Amino acid sequence: MDITSSQTAAGLLIKVNEHRIDAAVAIEFKEAVRGAADGLEGTVILDLGNVTFLDSSGLGAVVAVMKLLGPQRPLHLAALTPPVAKVFRLTRMDSIFTIHLHPPCGIKATG
Amino acid sequence: MDLPASNAQAAPGVQAGTARHRLFEEQVRIRRCFPAGAMETRAALLAISDSLRCKGLTEDDLSSAELILAEVLNNIVEHAYANTEGQVDLCIDLRANGLYCEVRDHGGSMPNGQAPNPALPAINPPQDLPEGGFGWHIIRSLTTQLGYRQENGWNALSFVVPLTWMD
Repeated sequence: MDITSSQTAAGLLIKVNEHRIDAAVAIEFKEAVRGAADGLEGTVILDLGNVTFLDSSGLGAVVAVMKLLGPQRPLHLAALTPPVAKVFRLTRMDSIFTIHLHPPCGIKATG
Repeated sequence: MDLPASNAQAAPGVQAGTARHRLFEEQVRIRRCFPAGAMETRAALLAISDSLRCKGLTEDDLSSAELILAEVLNNIVEHAYANTEGQVDLCIDLRANGLYCEVRDHGGSMPNGQAPNPALPAINPPQDLPEGGFGWHIIRSLTTQLGYRQENGWNALSFVVPLTWMD
Protein backbone atom coordinates (compact mmCIF):
# COMPACT_ATOMS: atom_id res chain seq x y z
CA MET A 1 0.00 0.00 0.00
CA ASP A 2 1.66 3.15 -1.23
CA ILE A 3 0.91 6.14 0.99
CA THR A 4 2.88 9.28 1.78
CA SER A 5 2.41 11.47 4.83
CA SER A 6 3.37 15.05 5.59
CA GLN A 7 2.63 17.58 8.31
CA THR A 8 0.49 20.53 7.31
CA ALA A 9 -1.00 23.42 9.27
CA ALA A 10 -4.30 21.52 9.26
CA GLY A 11 -2.84 18.27 10.59
CA LEU A 12 -1.15 15.12 9.38
CA LEU A 13 -1.88 14.68 5.68
CA ILE A 14 -1.84 11.10 4.44
CA LYS A 15 -2.06 10.72 0.70
CA VAL A 16 -3.09 7.38 -0.77
CA ASN A 17 -1.05 6.80 -3.93
CA GLU A 18 -3.21 3.92 -5.14
CA HIS A 19 -6.25 3.79 -7.40
CA ARG A 20 -8.15 1.17 -5.47
CA ILE A 21 -9.01 0.43 -1.86
CA ASP A 22 -10.82 -2.87 -2.23
CA ALA A 23 -11.12 -6.25 -0.55
CA ALA A 24 -7.66 -7.21 -1.82
CA VAL A 25 -5.90 -4.41 0.07
CA ALA A 26 -8.29 -3.32 2.85
CA ILE A 27 -6.21 -4.77 5.70
CA GLU A 28 -2.96 -3.51 4.19
CA PHE A 29 -4.47 -0.04 3.87
CA LYS A 30 -5.58 -0.02 7.49
CA GLU A 31 -2.13 -1.06 8.73
CA ALA A 32 -0.35 1.49 6.51
CA VAL A 33 -2.42 4.41 7.80
CA ARG A 34 -2.12 3.20 11.37
CA GLY A 35 1.65 3.11 10.97
CA ALA A 36 1.81 6.58 9.40
CA ALA A 37 -0.17 8.11 12.29
CA ASP A 38 1.59 6.15 15.01
CA GLY A 39 2.72 8.32 17.91
CA LEU A 40 1.35 11.51 16.38
CA GLU A 41 -1.45 13.69 17.70
CA GLY A 42 -4.08 15.92 16.15
CA THR A 43 -6.22 15.77 13.06
CA VAL A 44 -5.41 13.23 10.35
CA ILE A 45 -6.50 14.13 6.82
CA LEU A 46 -6.76 11.28 4.36
CA ASP A 47 -6.29 12.50 0.79
CA LEU A 48 -8.23 10.10 -1.45
CA GLY A 49 -7.77 12.12 -4.63
CA ASN A 50 -6.03 9.26 -6.43
CA VAL A 51 -8.55 6.64 -5.38
CA THR A 52 -11.08 5.89 -8.09
CA PHE A 53 -12.51 2.72 -6.64
CA LEU A 54 -13.63 1.92 -3.10
CA ASP A 55 -15.86 -1.02 -2.23
CA SER A 56 -17.57 -1.79 1.07
CA SER A 57 -14.41 -3.55 2.29
CA GLY A 58 -12.46 -0.37 1.61
CA LEU A 59 -15.13 1.70 3.30
CA GLY A 60 -14.97 -0.61 6.32
CA ALA A 61 -11.20 -0.10 6.43
CA VAL A 62 -11.60 3.70 6.42
CA VAL A 63 -14.08 3.42 9.29
CA ALA A 64 -11.75 1.07 11.13
CA VAL A 65 -8.95 3.62 10.77
CA MET A 66 -11.19 6.32 12.20
CA LYS A 67 -11.96 4.11 15.19
CA LEU A 68 -8.38 3.12 15.88
CA LEU A 69 -7.18 6.73 15.66
CA GLY A 70 -9.71 7.58 18.36
CA PRO A 71 -11.22 10.92 19.38
CA GLN A 72 -7.81 12.51 19.99
CA ARG A 73 -6.91 12.14 16.33
CA PRO A 74 -10.05 12.95 14.31
CA LEU A 75 -9.97 11.55 10.78
CA HIS A 76 -10.96 13.89 7.97
CA LEU A 77 -11.29 12.92 4.31
CA ALA A 78 -10.31 15.02 1.33
CA ALA A 79 -10.66 15.08 -2.45
CA LEU A 80 -13.17 12.27 -2.89
CA THR A 81 -13.54 11.25 -6.53
CA PRO A 82 -17.15 10.73 -7.74
CA PRO A 83 -17.09 6.89 -7.46
CA VAL A 84 -15.76 7.10 -3.90
CA ALA A 85 -18.18 9.85 -2.89
CA LYS A 86 -21.01 7.65 -4.17
CA VAL A 87 -20.12 4.85 -1.74
CA PHE A 88 -20.04 7.23 1.22
CA ARG A 89 -23.36 8.75 0.15
CA LEU A 90 -25.13 5.41 -0.44
CA THR A 91 -24.12 4.10 2.97
CA ARG A 92 -24.72 7.47 4.68
CA MET A 93 -21.19 7.32 6.03
CA ASP A 94 -20.67 10.79 4.55
CA SER A 95 -22.56 11.98 7.64
CA ILE A 96 -19.86 10.90 10.09
CA PHE A 97 -16.76 12.25 8.37
CA THR A 98 -15.59 15.80 7.85
CA ILE A 99 -15.01 15.82 4.11
CA HIS A 100 -12.90 18.49 2.42
CA LEU A 101 -13.14 19.21 -1.29
CA HIS A 102 -9.37 19.62 -1.50
CA PRO A 103 -6.43 18.47 0.59
CA PRO A 104 -4.78 21.19 2.67
CA CYS A 105 -1.64 22.73 1.25
CA GLY A 106 1.38 24.34 2.83
CA ILE A 107 3.76 23.24 5.51
CA LYS A 108 3.09 23.14 9.21
CA ALA A 109 2.80 26.58 10.78
CA THR A 110 5.60 27.40 13.20
CA GLY A 111 5.60 29.31 16.45
CA MET B 1 -36.21 12.00 -36.27
CA ASP B 2 -34.89 10.79 -39.59
CA LEU B 3 -33.89 7.21 -38.83
CA PRO B 4 -33.33 4.48 -41.39
CA ALA B 5 -36.21 2.00 -41.57
CA SER B 6 -34.16 -0.79 -39.97
CA ASN B 7 -33.86 1.29 -36.82
CA ALA B 8 -37.54 1.99 -36.47
CA GLN B 9 -37.70 0.09 -33.18
CA ALA B 10 -35.24 2.45 -31.50
CA ALA B 11 -36.74 4.29 -28.57
CA PRO B 12 -37.77 7.92 -29.08
CA GLY B 13 -34.98 10.30 -28.23
CA VAL B 14 -32.23 7.82 -29.04
CA GLN B 15 -29.92 9.58 -31.46
CA ALA B 16 -28.66 7.70 -34.50
CA GLY B 17 -24.93 7.03 -34.34
CA THR B 18 -24.69 7.19 -30.54
CA ALA B 19 -23.40 4.32 -28.45
CA ARG B 20 -26.89 3.66 -27.18
CA HIS B 21 -28.31 3.61 -30.66
CA ARG B 22 -25.74 1.08 -31.83
CA LEU B 23 -26.91 -1.30 -29.11
CA PHE B 24 -30.18 -1.70 -30.93
CA GLU B 25 -28.19 -3.26 -33.72
CA GLU B 26 -25.72 -5.50 -31.90
CA GLN B 27 -25.80 -8.04 -29.11
CA VAL B 28 -23.09 -7.42 -26.55
CA ARG B 29 -22.32 -10.15 -24.06
CA ILE B 30 -19.39 -10.20 -21.65
CA ARG B 31 -18.61 -13.56 -20.09
CA ARG B 32 -15.85 -14.33 -17.65
CA CYS B 33 -15.08 -17.49 -15.68
CA PHE B 34 -12.39 -17.25 -13.05
CA PRO B 35 -11.32 -18.66 -9.69
CA ALA B 36 -12.86 -16.92 -6.68
CA GLY B 37 -10.36 -14.64 -4.94
CA ALA B 38 -9.71 -11.00 -4.10
CA MET B 39 -7.06 -10.48 -6.76
CA GLU B 40 -9.03 -12.43 -9.37
CA THR B 41 -12.06 -10.27 -8.58
CA ARG B 42 -9.99 -7.14 -9.09
CA ALA B 43 -8.65 -8.37 -12.42
CA ALA B 44 -12.13 -9.32 -13.62
CA LEU B 45 -13.58 -5.94 -12.63
CA LEU B 46 -10.83 -4.04 -14.44
CA ALA B 47 -11.34 -6.08 -17.60
CA ILE B 48 -15.13 -5.70 -17.50
CA SER B 49 -14.89 -1.95 -16.91
CA ASP B 50 -12.55 -1.61 -19.88
CA SER B 51 -14.96 -3.54 -22.08
CA LEU B 52 -17.96 -1.48 -20.98
CA ARG B 53 -16.09 1.82 -21.32
CA CYS B 54 -15.39 0.93 -24.94
CA LYS B 55 -19.14 0.58 -25.43
CA GLY B 56 -19.69 4.18 -24.41
CA LEU B 57 -21.11 3.87 -20.88
CA THR B 58 -20.90 6.97 -18.74
CA GLU B 59 -18.34 7.09 -15.95
CA ASP B 60 -21.18 7.24 -13.42
CA ASP B 61 -22.81 4.08 -14.78
CA LEU B 62 -19.42 2.38 -15.03
CA SER B 63 -18.64 3.13 -11.40
CA SER B 64 -22.01 1.79 -10.26
CA ALA B 65 -21.58 -1.40 -12.28
CA GLU B 66 -18.07 -1.96 -10.96
CA LEU B 67 -19.18 -1.35 -7.37
CA ILE B 68 -22.17 -3.71 -7.59
CA LEU B 69 -20.14 -6.47 -9.21
CA ALA B 70 -17.40 -6.00 -6.61
CA GLU B 71 -19.89 -6.44 -3.78
CA VAL B 72 -21.43 -9.52 -5.38
CA LEU B 73 -18.03 -11.07 -6.08
CA ASN B 74 -16.68 -10.22 -2.62
CA ASN B 75 -19.71 -11.98 -1.11
CA ILE B 76 -18.95 -15.08 -3.16
CA VAL B 77 -15.30 -15.09 -2.04
CA GLU B 78 -16.06 -14.42 1.63
CA HIS B 79 -19.37 -16.21 2.14
CA ALA B 80 -20.30 -18.70 -0.59
CA TYR B 81 -16.78 -20.12 -0.76
CA ALA B 82 -15.76 -18.82 2.69
CA ASN B 83 -12.25 -18.15 1.35
CA THR B 84 -11.88 -21.68 -0.04
CA GLU B 85 -11.34 -22.41 -3.73
CA GLY B 86 -14.14 -22.23 -6.24
CA GLN B 87 -15.16 -21.01 -9.64
CA VAL B 88 -17.12 -17.89 -10.57
CA ASP B 89 -19.07 -17.60 -13.80
CA LEU B 90 -20.14 -14.08 -14.68
CA CYS B 91 -22.28 -13.10 -17.63
CA ILE B 92 -23.33 -9.58 -18.59
CA ASP B 93 -25.70 -8.71 -21.42
CA LEU B 94 -25.45 -5.07 -22.38
CA ARG B 95 -28.80 -3.79 -23.54
CA ALA B 96 -29.96 -0.28 -24.22
CA ASN B 97 -31.65 0.13 -20.85
CA GLY B 98 -29.25 -1.74 -18.62
CA LEU B 99 -26.66 -4.35 -17.86
CA TYR B 100 -28.39 -7.69 -17.38
CA CYS B 101 -26.06 -9.61 -15.10
CA GLU B 102 -25.94 -13.15 -13.81
CA VAL B 103 -23.24 -14.33 -11.44
CA ARG B 104 -22.94 -18.02 -10.61
CA ASP B 105 -20.92 -19.97 -8.07
CA HIS B 106 -21.12 -23.45 -6.58
CA GLY B 107 -20.36 -22.52 -2.99
CA GLY B 108 -22.65 -22.37 0.00
CA SER B 109 -26.16 -21.14 -0.65
CA MET B 110 -27.62 -17.85 0.54
CA PRO B 111 -29.17 -17.85 4.03
CA ASN B 112 -32.73 -19.26 3.84
CA GLY B 113 -32.31 -19.66 0.10
CA GLN B 114 -32.88 -15.94 -0.41
CA ALA B 115 -30.76 -12.94 -1.32
CA PRO B 116 -30.37 -10.91 1.88
CA ASN B 117 -32.09 -7.56 2.24
CA PRO B 118 -30.66 -6.12 5.43
CA ALA B 119 -31.27 -2.62 6.71
CA LEU B 120 -28.36 -0.21 6.55
CA PRO B 121 -26.26 -0.72 9.69
CA ALA B 122 -27.01 1.73 12.48
CA ILE B 123 -24.69 4.74 12.52
CA ASN B 124 -24.50 6.28 15.98
CA PRO B 125 -21.06 7.78 16.47
CA PRO B 126 -18.93 7.41 18.37
CA GLN B 127 -20.20 4.10 19.81
CA ASP B 128 -21.73 2.45 16.75
CA LEU B 129 -19.59 2.88 13.68
CA PRO B 130 -20.15 -0.15 11.48
CA GLU B 131 -17.16 -1.52 9.54
CA GLY B 132 -19.25 -3.93 7.51
CA GLY B 133 -22.74 -4.90 6.50
CA PHE B 134 -22.94 -2.37 3.67
CA GLY B 135 -22.59 -4.72 0.72
CA TRP B 136 -26.18 -5.84 0.25
CA HIS B 137 -27.47 -2.33 0.86
CA ILE B 138 -25.23 -1.10 -1.97
CA ILE B 139 -26.29 -3.94 -4.27
CA ARG B 140 -29.99 -3.41 -3.62
CA SER B 141 -29.72 0.38 -3.87
CA LEU B 142 -28.18 0.30 -7.34
CA THR B 143 -29.88 -2.66 -9.03
CA THR B 144 -33.35 -3.71 -10.16
CA GLN B 145 -34.89 -7.14 -10.79
CA LEU B 146 -32.66 -8.87 -8.25
CA GLY B 147 -33.26 -12.60 -8.24
CA TYR B 148 -31.60 -15.62 -6.68
CA ARG B 149 -32.02 -19.28 -7.52
CA GLN B 150 -30.21 -22.54 -6.93
CA GLU B 151 -29.89 -25.12 -9.66
CA ASN B 152 -27.74 -28.24 -9.96
CA GLY B 153 -25.53 -27.19 -7.07
CA TRP B 154 -24.99 -23.69 -8.42
CA ASN B 155 -26.11 -20.39 -6.96
CA ALA B 156 -27.26 -17.89 -9.54
CA LEU B 157 -27.75 -14.24 -8.68
CA SER B 158 -29.28 -12.11 -11.40
CA PHE B 159 -29.87 -8.38 -11.46
CA VAL B 160 -30.03 -5.38 -13.74
CA VAL B 161 -27.82 -2.31 -13.49
CA PRO B 162 -29.89 0.51 -15.05
CA LEU B 163 -28.01 2.73 -17.48
CA THR B 164 -28.46 6.45 -17.94
CA TRP B 165 -26.53 7.02 -21.19
CA MET B 166 -25.84 10.70 -21.00
CA ASP B 167 -24.05 10.70 -24.39
